Amino acid sequence: MTTTLATISAAPPLRRWLVPAAWLLASLLAIALVVAISVGVGDLPISMSTTFYAITNKLGFTAVALNPMHETVIWEYRLSRALVAVFCGAGLALCGAILQSLLRNPLAEPYVLGISAGASTGAVAVVILGIGAGAISLSAGAFVGAFAAFFFVAILSNGARGGADRTILAGVAASQLFNAATAYVVTTSGNAQQARDVMFWLLGSFGGVRWPEFVLVSIVVGVALVICLLNARVLDAFAFGDEAAASLGVDVGRTRILFFALTAVITATIVSMVGTIGFVGLVVPHAARYVVGPLHARLLPACAIAGAIFMVLADIASRSLIPQQVLPIGVVTALVGVPFFAIILYRLQRPS
Amino acid sequence: MTIKADNLIWKIGSKPIVNGVSLAVRPGQTLGLLGPNGSGKTSLLRLLTGLRRPHAGAVTLDGTDIATIGRRALARRVAFIEQHATTSANLRVIDVVKLGRFPHQTMFSGWTAADATAVAEALARTGLTDKADQSWQSLSGGERQRAQLARALAQSPRELILDEPTNHLDVQHQISLLRLVSDLPVTSIIALHDLNHAAMFCDELLVLQSGQVVAAGTPEAVLTRDLLADVFHVDAHVEPSPHHARPHIHFTR
Repeated sequence: MTTTLATISAAPPLRRWLVPAAWLLASLLAIALVVAISVGVGDLPISMSTTFYAITNKLGFTAVALNPMHETVIWEYRLSRALVAVFCGAGLALCGAILQSLLRNPLAEPYVLGISAGASTGAVAVVILGIGAGAISLSAGAFVGAFAAFFFVAILSNGARGGADRTILAGVAASQLFNAATAYVVTTSGNAQQARDVMFWLLGSFGGVRWPEFVLVSIVVGVALVICLLNARVLDAFAFGDEAAASLGVDVGRTRILFFALTAVITATIVSMVGTIGFVGLVVPHAARYVVGPLHARLLPACAIAGAIFMVLADIASRSLIPQQVLPIGVVTALVGVPFFAIILYRLQRPS
Repeated sequence: MTIKADNLIWKIGSKPIVNGVSLAVRPGQTLGLLGPNGSGKTSLLRLLTGLRRPHAGAVTLDGTDIATIGRRALARRVAFIEQHATTSANLRVIDVVKLGRFPHQTMFSGWTAADATAVAEALARTGLTDKADQSWQSLSGGERQRAQLARALAQSPRELILDEPTNHLDVQHQISLLRLVSDLPVTSIIALHDLNHAAMFCDELLVLQSGQVVAAGTPEAVLTRDLLADVFHVDAHVEPSPHHARPHIHFTR
């Protein structure tokens, strides 16, 4: 009874702000820690204190003398790479959490729904076919592809009114179609070197990202996170399905369009920079839900934080699992994700 | 008259599912909606809650067409309980009940004292106060339906629409849920299959057949031997129950 009353009535203001603030601070420190580790790992190992001073030197807080080569490696290559990984992980996990709630399907994520495949087709069409070369960039191609896949799924699943199962099936069809289109373009139009580059890029790599990519992905994911947090209660209202949400006063059609468009934008941005990275959007929301529960005001920030940490760790693993070689990041996330996918599928059969 | 429907028509393709239904319920009363499977009960309830728009006719609340009322404003006034709500989310009972406050909140508003009071009262009225922290997945069918009723009450509705809420429940939970609903001070419209339950707990009854109203009025006036033979194709004797004075139906064949 006492616990019930405590949860119903509003918590004292101090506790209401202090507890989430403490969690947020701890999470940001954890992200900073994995980023520092990530910056230190590589052919040229860099100690964490060097990384710390390199950052504070640049920001003007300290003036510690450091090896200039270390400073260059940190600022030109590794720090931007680690920070892009942070926002890509956060963005993909956010997409997975949104799609799983809206479609009421635990297997939904941009990769499964074919949005990633569409984005990669668009990007490949720009790079290899040279469609709109100069005028539109690789990112623009990825956006067009992601939205094409998104509309394909929307039409096949009967607009916003189709059932959740239909949407997943339409997503399977979309990923088959767009993966086939990508393979067709690569095999018919690309030379051997292009084909190899595209294959590597499709499996995901943080190798090419620098500060401009960081600026774009941080803005896109940051804005998306704010929009999602403002609409957290709308996502909660979908717990018992579309009809229940509508009877609570949610504009179901408009909400679906808003969130699907948001996931398409995030996915296209990420795919255009680092290729298709699967299973982050699947694994992270389930793990986060297990820890913080299903309510989105807590679930979405938890997904963003856990996704960020997971992605940086996956990037570290991709660089250090095999000496002198970098594994595609998609290989690492799939190696973790597929067993997890199997567990979810296995547990799905039980209750129904 | 709080909720009123005028000559509602709703079709799938060219086939009319709800065909010229009119009804009116007095404040605080419980209207039972009867009819065989496929007679249009669920479709009519969806029209009454605004989840579907009628092709002709209108639903009015105190004289205002619900088509002119915003979704949230409508949800603050009319609550809907579906047959069998399911979720895979591991929500607690209190989280489910709190969903009922959604139409009362705005994007930036926090959890107010009014919200807390409404949720606490809804839990108390449905006897779920002690189970507030239990997970939805651990509840029995009867408790889940009570939690849905608590969620609907947290909406602070003046009209409550229920679509066969006692399906899947054992007889104890059927009776206790219906008693709870009929004792509520809100206007209720409830689709039912069990004719004896309808006779016991509803103030008025409305019988649908092929989307049209074939009888309406008090249980005594509606539940006659001829009507049961016509609409449900059963042979039955109807007489006042010696135990509760409402009509009681004995099926003879």
